[in-house]
Amino acid sequence: MSNIVLQVENLHTSFFTRAGEVKAIDGVSFYVREGETFGIVGESGCGKSVTGLSILRLLPEPAGQVTEGKIILEGKNLLELSKKEMRAYRGKMISMILQDPMTSLNPVYTVGDQIAESVRLHQDLPENMVEAEVVSALRLLRIPDPEMRIKEYPFQLSGGMRQRVVGAIAMSCRPRLLIADEPTTALDATIQAQYIALFEDIQAKTNVAIIFITHDFGVVSRICDRVGVMYAGKILETAPTREIFKAPKHPYTAALINSVPQLDKKDEKLFSIEGQPPSLLNLPPGCRFYPRCTVSMDICKEQEPPEVKLDDNHSVSCWRVK
Amino acid sequence: MFGIGKKKAYTGLSRGTRIVRSLTLIIPSIVMVIMIIIALFANLGWIGLPDVGLAPHDPNSTNPRDKLLPPSFIEGGKSDYFLGTDRLGRDIFSRVLYGARVSLSVSLIVILITAVIGTILGILSGYKGGRTDAFIMRVTDVALSFPALLLAMLLWVAIGPGYWTVVLALSILGWAGYARMIRGESLRIRESDFVAQAQVVGASTWRIMFRHIFPNIVNSLIVIMTLQVGMMILAEAALSFLGLGITAPTPSWGSIVADGRSQLDRAWWISAFPGICIGLVVMAGNFLGDWIRDKLDPRLRQL
Repeated sequence: MSNIVLQVENLHTSFFTRAGEVKAIDGVSFYVREGETFGIVGESGCGKSVTGLSILRLLPEPAGQVTEGKIILEGKNLLELSKKEMRAYRGKMISMILQDPMTSLNPVYTVGDQIAESVRLHQDLPENMVEAEVVSALRLLRIPDPEMRIKEYPFQLSGGMRQRVVGAIAMSCRPRLLIADEPTTALDATIQAQYIALFEDIQAKTNVAIIFITHDFGVVSRICDRVGVMYAGKILETAPTREIFKAPKHPYTAALINSVPQLDKKDEKLFSIEGQPPSLLNLPPGCRFYPRCTVSMDICKEQEPPEVKLDDNHSVSCWRVK
Repeated sequence: MFGIGKKKAYTGLSRGTRIVRSLTLIIPSIVMVIMIIIALFANLGWIGLPDVGLAPHDPNSTNPRDKLLPPSFIEGGKSDYFLGTDRLGRDIFSRVLYGARVSLSVSLIVILITAVIGTILGILSGYKGGRTDAFIMRVTDVALSFPALLLAMLLWVAIGPGYWTVVLALSILGWAGYARMIRGESLRIRESDFVAQAQVVGASTWRIMFRHIFPNIVNSLIVIMTLQVGMMILAEAALSFLGLGITAPTPSWGSIVADGRSQLDRAWWISAFPGICIGLVVMAGNFLGDWIRDKLDPRLRQL
């Protein structure tokens, strides 16, 4: 087994609003190994992106705060670092790819300038070597003609190409951990497939650990080694991808997988989960999926289910699972 | 001029419209250039050259024998005094030329000072948000609501009249407009993903403010700065007209207009010519500002 790059333990993140404390993340634990892709799946507003921002410590302060837990990156608890130390970690040790490639590049600088910024911030290189680094980052993302591309402005590139450039910025300092927050959502299906293949290629070359945030189980099946299924601020089930598709243990996971459209099942109405996720402002006692669960029991209403470890890699929080 | 020829190739505008459009650029540009040349070359003594220049007379030398002469192109005028003389026999033409220097330089200096202060505070306010924002915006509100004339009077009493008093009076309140506008722009740009991207790669707050946000607001900044040229010239003229500005005998357009006020019935030319100059420059500034705004509008630029 390769080394654990990132270990998140019992993470709690809250947003303090006028209406009260919104528990966006309510006790999340997971880890990512070197060269592994960990998927975080869930519907909108379940805390996927906030998890990513918490790790990078880029929550919109002072409203959003990590209230409890540990985020350990290669032995260092990120929550104990000073702001300046944290800034040195960002881009160099941890990097992130944002959702929308159309807007995550600054329109007034060339592609080369924007990649070079990250290189200059974190590596003490002479100017003539910066360009070589930039070109190699573009090569890593398989961007054709990198020497020409560095002189182009974002508006001259297509969406897919821009997303690769965003990837090149993220990978320019060869970080240990890459957080990809729905990087494929804004791309169309063919480009999406290419981009995912690209991720696998990058991972093979650099051994980077990837946290892949998505709401699309189809994408998960293609890229992730392990998955955590998140719901209303909590990971309900964590398992290797293959296992979760073959035998989902949590009713929510099963329902989510059921609602992925499949090409071989024509003419059937697409399955959907009834109801809405609970308000994070005042969570009901008991299981947070209880109101929407089709196989709920009495105990689900009163007590929150503990996390049950089925084996080393598979854990579930559900009263049905013993 | 300035890409208009290129525009011809693909716009379906009629010839007449195109000519009118280009005139609204060309005429104000010519006016501005002439005014700047006048201001720079009224005399050459100030840049260490022999004391010759465009002005035929010393603007402050009095000639009691030639007082209140009308312009040379009117009956009774002397060819020596192109725009006539005032009640002390000073040459109006020379005074207007020298006055351009004061009026233009005051407005230029004030615009630079206020733009720099306003931009820094505006970006800081918009990007940092929270208490910093609340504090800067309250100070801005005060600056915007404080009567400018009262401040000018206070300064006039406190440090005495003069060139730098005018600059100070206009600068102390003038930055607020910039700060408010730039704050709005920064708020918008702060939410852009490329700012988030810069945070992700570990850029510092100052770096994000001035490397990432600032270049994206330069367009709007240039537009207001141009529009402010007219505003500031008017403001300086108003202060000088009220006697709160440049002190006699140094000419500024505003103070020459004020000089002529008492003789308006028999020597209209004293006030009229500096007044026309003020009008021309203010209009030229506004036309140029509008033109730049249209040019830099991203919706037009993407065509």
